[in-house]
Amino acid sequence: IMRSSQPLTGTNGRRCKEDEKLINATLRPGKRGYIIDTRSLNVAQQARAKGGGFEQEVHYPQWRRIHKCIERFNILQESLIKLVEACNDQSHNMDRWLSKLEASNWLTHIKEILTAACLAAQCIDREGASVLVHGTEGTDSTLQVTSLAQIILDPRCRTIRGFESLVVREWLQAGHPFQQRCAQSAYSNSKQKWEAPVFLLFLDCVWQILRQFPCSFEFNEQFLIMLFEHAYASQFGTFLGNNENERSKLKLPQKTMSLWSWVNRSEELSRFQNPLFEANSLVIWPSVAPQSLQLWEGVFLRWNRPSKFLDEAHEEIINIIKYN
Amino acid sequence: VENVRLLDRLSSRKATLGTLYLTATHVIFVENGSETRKETWVLHSQISSIEKQATTATGCPLLIRCKNFQVIQLVIPQERDCHDVYISLIRLARPVKYEELYCFSFNPKLDKEEREEGWKLVNLNEEYTRMGIPNTYWQISDVNRDYGVCDSYPTEVYVPKSTTAHIIVGSSKFRSRRRFPALSYYCKHNNASICRSSQPLSGFSARCLEDEQMLQAIRKANPASDFLYVVDTRPKLNAMANRAAGKGYENEDNYSNIKFQFIGIENIHVMRNSLQKMLEVCELKSPSMSDFLWGLENSGWLKHIKAIMDAGIFIAKAVAEEGVSVLVHCSDGWDRTAQVCSVASLLLDPYYRTMKGFMVLIEKDWVSFGHKFNHRYGNLDGDPKEISPVIDQFIECVWQLMEQFPCAFEFNERFLIHIQHHIYSCQFGNFLCNSQKERRELKIQERTYSLWAHMWKNRADYLNPLYRSDHSQTQGTLRPQTAPCNFLYKFWSGMYNRFEKGLHPRQSVTDYLMAVKEETQQLEEELEILAERLANLQKSQLNDNNKVKIKQQDQSKQLGLSTSNNSLANTPQEYSNDLKSFPSWSPSQGDEEDSALILTQDNLKSSDPDLSANSDQESGVEDLSCRSPSGGGCLPSEDSGKDSDEAVFLA
Repeated sequence: IMRSSQPLTGTNGRRCKEDEKLINATLRPGKRGYIIDTRSLNVAQQARAKGGGFEQEVHYPQWRRIHKCIERFNILQESLIKLVEACNDQSHNMDRWLSKLEASNWLTHIKEILTAACLAAQCIDREGASVLVHGTEGTDSTLQVTSLAQIILDPRCRTIRGFESLVVREWLQAGHPFQQRCAQSAYSNSKQKWEAPVFLLFLDCVWQILRQFPCSFEFNEQFLIMLFEHAYASQFGTFLGNNENERSKLKLPQKTMSLWSWVNRSEELSRFQNPLFEANSLVIWPSVAPQSLQLWEGVFLRWNRPSKFLDEAHEEIINIIKYN
Repeated sequence: VENVRLLDRLSSRKATLGTLYLTATHVIFVENGSETRKETWVLHSQISSIEKQATTATGCPLLIRCKNFQVIQLVIPQERDCHDVYISLIRLARPVKYEELYCFSFNPKLDKEEREEGWKLVNLNEEYTRMGIPNTYWQISDVNRDYGVCDSYPTEVYVPKSTTAHIIVGSSKFRSRRRFPALSYYCKHNNASICRSSQPLSGFSARCLEDEQMLQAIRKANPASDFLYVVDTRPKLNAMANRAAGKGYENEDNYSNIKFQFIGIENIHVMRNSLQKMLEVCELKSPSMSDFLWGLENSGWLKHIKAIMDAGIFIAKAVAEEGVSVLVHCSDGWDRTAQVCSVASLLLDPYYRTMKGFMVLIEKDWVSFGHKFNHRYGNLDGDPKEISPVIDQFIECVWQLMEQFPCAFEFNERFLIHIQHHIYSCQFGNFLCNSQKERRELKIQERTYSLWAHMWKNRADYLNPLYRSDHSQTQGTLRPQTAPCNFLYKFWSGMYNRFEKGLHPRQSVTDYLMAVKEETQQLEEELEILAERLANLQKSQLNDNNKVKIKQQDQSKQLGLSTSNNSLANTPQEYSNDLKSFPSWSPSQGDEEDSALILTQDNLKSSDPDLSANSDQESGVEDLSCRSPSGGGCLPSEDSGKDSDEAVFLA
């Protein structure tokens, strides 16, 4: 799986032999590759007017391009705001609740992202073909797709260390602009231009897979919630800045503590471990049917109801397994 | 009929070829060739509708929709055959006599005593005793012993001690279908009670002294409270409309010290349509999230579930927190009243959250109080306007509660699904007819078997591993929240997409934990045995000082024991391997067992069709997602609900 940003083909249909050579080098002998563009064909075409674009078949004959549209980041913030508003609406009206939930489109985004990730994973696993993923900048939907695909394909990404590495690799090092995206979250009065819950959507997708395969992950829901929190506000420097360059310039490794150094201490880790975890070497394919996707109660209804009963259930699971 | 194709519901390009059989009790599809010869069994009683679709080049499609939400799509090569099958199924699915039903031919190979014992498993007299009756305020009455007062009520009703037969009879004449106020639940902690009835025949101004006395007696049976709630579960408009027909609701001016309340649950016709709409959403091929959510909202289903739940919460609160008694009714007091009383009881009393208690609850508020099983669930061919998913809604309320209070119920989701299945299956006699009177006339207990006994025998499958009777969550009253943002009502795919395993979580937490617990129990037993042996050996070693040789052997045995003890303690990894080999841990199997049944006469009768009727292809490597589009290369498609990993799980 490769990731990038959009090629700068522009309206003149420019080509770049080095680019072609680079990605062709990942092709397996005799096999084609797939390019998954996370924009719709229309949007990709319109990008040409601004100097961007997509890989033209004539220059990339061994690659088949698939458009799997994932909503652009600026729409996502609005989605989050609507969802949170729905969750705060204490009305007793079920119709109102369901229509507000639907209007937020949150679960639609989840479905789109998971579907694209499953597609990428299928190319690898079923077709044995290399995949290149990109959207516009390659810093948002691209990363959702590449990281989720790895979770589907690679059991190591479902271990705690493996997942941490995945986040470091596919989000921090890949340059997801955390500073911009995770500025203020759903309650901010000022509409920041660059804000978007891209990372939260990713974590939500991971949770959906976790819910469908509860024994396949070394970490539990609390771990994902913790990461969500630290992406927005943290005493650790891990999620500060927009890319490695900035982090290096800010001397973060010298001036701040790493989140991982705290999380990986055994007394903290025990809170995040999944008692049902049984390591397996499977590729796990989530269902993206609407019936299979649920609202992430643990995050969105967290402050609405006592978690007591669900916590007790979790305790009980731990007890059963520990006693055994 | 040969060469029939069974289509996969999600991927219509996938089909299995086989032979279709019609028997007196079942439709059976047997796969051709292959070693497994997988079978799909459907009871005629389960068939809700049959649709003959337009003939295509491949044959004549026949769509069978079942009451347990299974949908079977067949393609029959010859139009003539298809028509024959269609006509036959129409007749078979609409029996005219009770004797046609499966329960009268079902033979689980039990003798007469076992059959009787099975029927005695749930005893309502014991239940009322458990509640603490008879006592100062309540007693049993035999006024209805020959069904002379109310033919849809049981022979044994519980009433306030102060009421006379005269009052009861008088009140019954003032109630729709003669369903006078009778006790459903008594709370011994504070004397508050839940009583149930039908609507009064009050019209605009009619009164009945005995009925007013009846309510007064109920109120006075709870001395700590100076008023009685009267809860009408209908929408106010409907209740008011009933007045024009000479029925209606209680006027607070006429009945001393009552507080009247409308709760507003819709009627059976609205509910039937609601379910219909929701099932249409379930049948959509590859719906978007919006299609689904919009469809769900449009059906109103969850709204109705919430309405029933809210009513139950209100009543439970009145009893537990206010210590006030409640009289509940709707129109005839056998649908919404049953739902609401049983939800309230479940919230109030942890006993009803045990397996046995739940069976008792259904026997009490549904079976004995004359819920019209035949009319509502179509045992026999009848008026389609009487059909309505009333008990299904109650069962769903229970499931929603289980999701919010995972430790509070002794039973699991599978228990509820199987009960729903058997309400429609008519394999057992519990849910036949419309009243206790009808069932006794048909001698149901002498001619059929009890579902409860059957489920009780298999209760290990129905346990909730998180339940502990001493856990704080399992005790006392459950107090769920009511706003939808505080109590997340979920779509129950386990029930409404029951046979589409690809949509469900692929690893079952319940099954995994049950396997762990089972293993723990076995280990504990082993530990006990070994500890005993150790003790015995130590004893015999002390006693047999002369027999050196034997002593040596004992010692070596001891050594052997201790090392094996250590190995048991030091190799947890082995246990997890063992867990993997437990058949019950196959995460996707759920309630379906091995379907390699052989079509012998014996098996036809004694098999539990519920267990073998899996039209879902879970035993093979089923690829639900990879549909090659036209135009080169396999483009993986949307719904990647792959089951390919299930083969590994099952191995």
